[in-house]
Amino acid sequence: MSFESLLFQAVNGFASASGLFLVAAGLSIIFGVTRIVNMAHGSFYMLGLYLAVTLAPRLGEVFGDALGFWGAILGAALITAALGALVEVLLLRRIYAAPELYQLLATFALLLILSDATLALWGPEDILGPRAPGLTGTVELLGRQLPDSDIFLALIGPIVLIVLHIVLTRTRFGRLVRAATQDREMVAALGINEAVLFTAVFALGTGIAGFGGALQMAREPANLALDLSVLGDAFVVVVIGGLGSIRGAYLAALLVAEVKALCTALGIVEVAGFTFNMSRLTLVAEFLVMAVVLVVRPHGLFGRPLPPAARRGDMEAPLAPLGQRGRFLVLAALALFAAVPLFGLVSSYAPVLALDMVIAALFAASLHLLMGPGGLASFGHAAYFGLGAYGTAYAATVLGLPTPLALGVGIITASAGAVLFGWFCVRLEGVYFAMLTLAFAQIVWSIAHQWEEVTGGSNGLFGVWPDAPFDSAGGLYLAALAVTVLGLVLLRRLVFAPLGLALRAARDSRLRAEASGIAVEKVRWLAFAVAGTLCGAAGGLFAFAKGSISPEAISVGRSIDGLVMVLLGGVHSLMGPLLGAGGLTLLQDMVMRESPFWRGLLGLLILALVLAFPSGLAGGLRRVRSTP
Amino acid sequence: MSTLAPLLEMEGLDAWYGEAKILFGLSLQVAPGEAVALVGRNGAGKSTTLKAIIGLVRRRARRLSFGGTDLIPLPTHAIARLGIGYVPEDRRIFTELTVRENLDLGRRPPRPGAGRAAWTLEAVFELFPQLGDMRERRGGQMSGGEQQMLAVARALIGNPALLLLDEPSEGVAPIVVEQMGRALARLKATGLSLLICEENSDLCAGLCDRVLRIEQGELRGPAPAPPP
Repeated sequence: MSFESLLFQAVNGFASASGLFLVAAGLSIIFGVTRIVNMAHGSFYMLGLYLAVTLAPRLGEVFGDALGFWGAILGAALITAALGALVEVLLLRRIYAAPELYQLLATFALLLILSDATLALWGPEDILGPRAPGLTGTVELLGRQLPDSDIFLALIGPIVLIVLHIVLTRTRFGRLVRAATQDREMVAALGINEAVLFTAVFALGTGIAGFGGALQMAREPANLALDLSVLGDAFVVVVIGGLGSIRGAYLAALLVAEVKALCTALGIVEVAGFTFNMSRLTLVAEFLVMAVVLVVRPHGLFGRPLPPAARRGDMEAPLAPLGQRGRFLVLAALALFAAVPLFGLVSSYAPVLALDMVIAALFAASLHLLMGPGGLASFGHAAYFGLGAYGTAYAATVLGLPTPLALGVGIITASAGAVLFGWFCVRLEGVYFAMLTLAFAQIVWSIAHQWEEVTGGSNGLFGVWPDAPFDSAGGLYLAALAVTVLGLVLLRRLVFAPLGLALRAARDSRLRAEASGIAVEKVRWLAFAVAGTLCGAAGGLFAFAKGSISPEAISVGRSIDGLVMVLLGGVHSLMGPLLGAGGLTLLQDMVMRESPFWRGLLGLLILALVLAFPSGLAGGLRRVRSTP
Repeated sequence: MSTLAPLLEMEGLDAWYGEAKILFGLSLQVAPGEAVALVGRNGAGKSTTLKAIIGLVRRRARRLSFGGTDLIPLPTHAIARLGIGYVPEDRRIFTELTVRENLDLGRRPPRPGAGRAAWTLEAVFELFPQLGDMRERRGGQMSGGEQQMLAVARALIGNPALLLLDEPSEGVAPIVVEQMGRALARLKATGLSLLICEENSDLCAGLCDRVLRIEQGELRGPAPAPPP
């Protein structure tokens, strides 16, 4: 590899950094003022690109190519900003006082809705935009041809950075944004209308994201996968740079883009006799950078610890052991589930659906240990599901181990992963914890995707069938039910055991828990390991149930499903995740078969539920029951 | 005791902090140009009373009005715009912003018929000369006493008719307390009403017309003014 090609990649890195920065800057400003992590932020980027490729040819017919192209970019940015303002007024304004997790859920529902709205409006095909008029040539640099458009993009990032800096430091709006980022209440007490400020900030943030998307018109086609991929990148950049810091976001975007470019430039390297393809690392590079930065600087390069958030929403009632009636209900439900194979005589589909529900219940309940009693929202629980599933599948197919042993291998794999990743994660809290868990899940996903020799690459591993007596639908189902019930009993015992008490104490007040002698990080690490282990069991069962495992099944969507299950059911109750898992599985099964727009419908339903029951289904039921 | 119609009227105020009820049926009045002190132990509910007036905590009252306008349904910014300045506990200066920027955020046009000259930057710098010497300093780089002056100045430049002051002498050097006392006396002389949570009797002596004692969220001791 020559110095020239390294330089070439470095310029390319600057161009990518601009795109990353535009999305991350908007996300960061919105979070700073409203304290909402906008899960739908990537959707506004995607919409910006779709709008631009749609507007450009139409405007081009009227005003000529050049005006059409640049007019389309401006128009797309303005429309996304207006859409952002609308979303803020109609949705976010109602949930500022809701618990953080429900805000995440609501904006995630928005992501689902916008994704399907885009599908409905523009169809599933990628759409290519026109090339940038006037930027179709190349510039020669050290014997290499660099496209004009890349140089233009490389410059846009610093330009926006400077403009934002001027707006934030020199204008009244900027002063308001900085003041509100520190203390919203005090801003209101000075007679400033927060509602208008919040709408403006949200419009600004989404407008910048739309602008960033529109700028990519000449570089990449508009496609439906952009929202999630851009969101993941933006999270990483914002977390590395420090939430709320604009220059941090730019530096982080540059760091990530350059590390990726370096991996590409290095190509295949030989280290101690091993050949290693560095370009394969591009997928995990940003997450590795993030993991390193967060371990050294837990709040990112330029971030500061957030002021401790006042506990919002309903105060949690202490967990109570089941009464006699509760025990009866649980036994009745258990008996019903155990009898499912008998229904199989009537409907052959019943045991299949019930198996999905049982696996989902174990998955959601293991996540709930972290989210409910632990107060730690993991956005990467799919990692342990994946490790369990791949471990099991590998043991069953390649090693040819009998079913129970293969499941054991999967559980141990997940457990090892949880112990390793957990050590890093439990050092962080809140949004940073969520982002680091997401990062580790992406690493696991990338490994599954790229380590073809072991994981089968994008095809995954198949032919993972259980052997007798688990090879019938009923046999596998009963085994899965047994494993799940064991797992649930263990989780429940744990929550009421001293470890569970310590975990809940650390959630309610970390300072007080530490002052009374609880080693908070150790307790959380142990809980993380237990949650990962049980999640691995769910993953192993999943591999047997489907007969295969592929990277798609352990993508970020799986982690989000888990979050939705726990949040729908309610974090404040041990029954919550079970209700949520059952509900979501049924719903996905029913809605998915009815409509190509099932994600959007699911999003609408989640929004309706969040607005109607801000404390989850289980909490809503409790409230309905307690009001005479 | 003034004979004018009260500026602030509060009857049967209950307030909550999260799930915990802090105030139980508080009633008090502040007349135009009057200075009223609220005293009581830590946790008695003094700060919560001020926060309830400005709308920062959940509250309920038979009556809570300012200049005849019901405050209960109004959002915080609308209450502030009626002419209530709030100087919070711990001052809550915007630490990333300079002195001038902090003051700029507090600026509000004078209400018609206020009957006194509008506050300007120069006027607050005349009242607190130290602030004038550090216009471009960031809030985070100021001493506690300087921050306290800035917090009062930031409220004044909004041209309020009533100033809510939460522990203005807390964590402040004695010499600054004296200066603050003189400044507050000057403000009172311009006809500004003051409602002060204060433990420092030096500051209140000669300044406050009445002292009300709060215990466990209820008024005790010197009785509030009888209803008109």
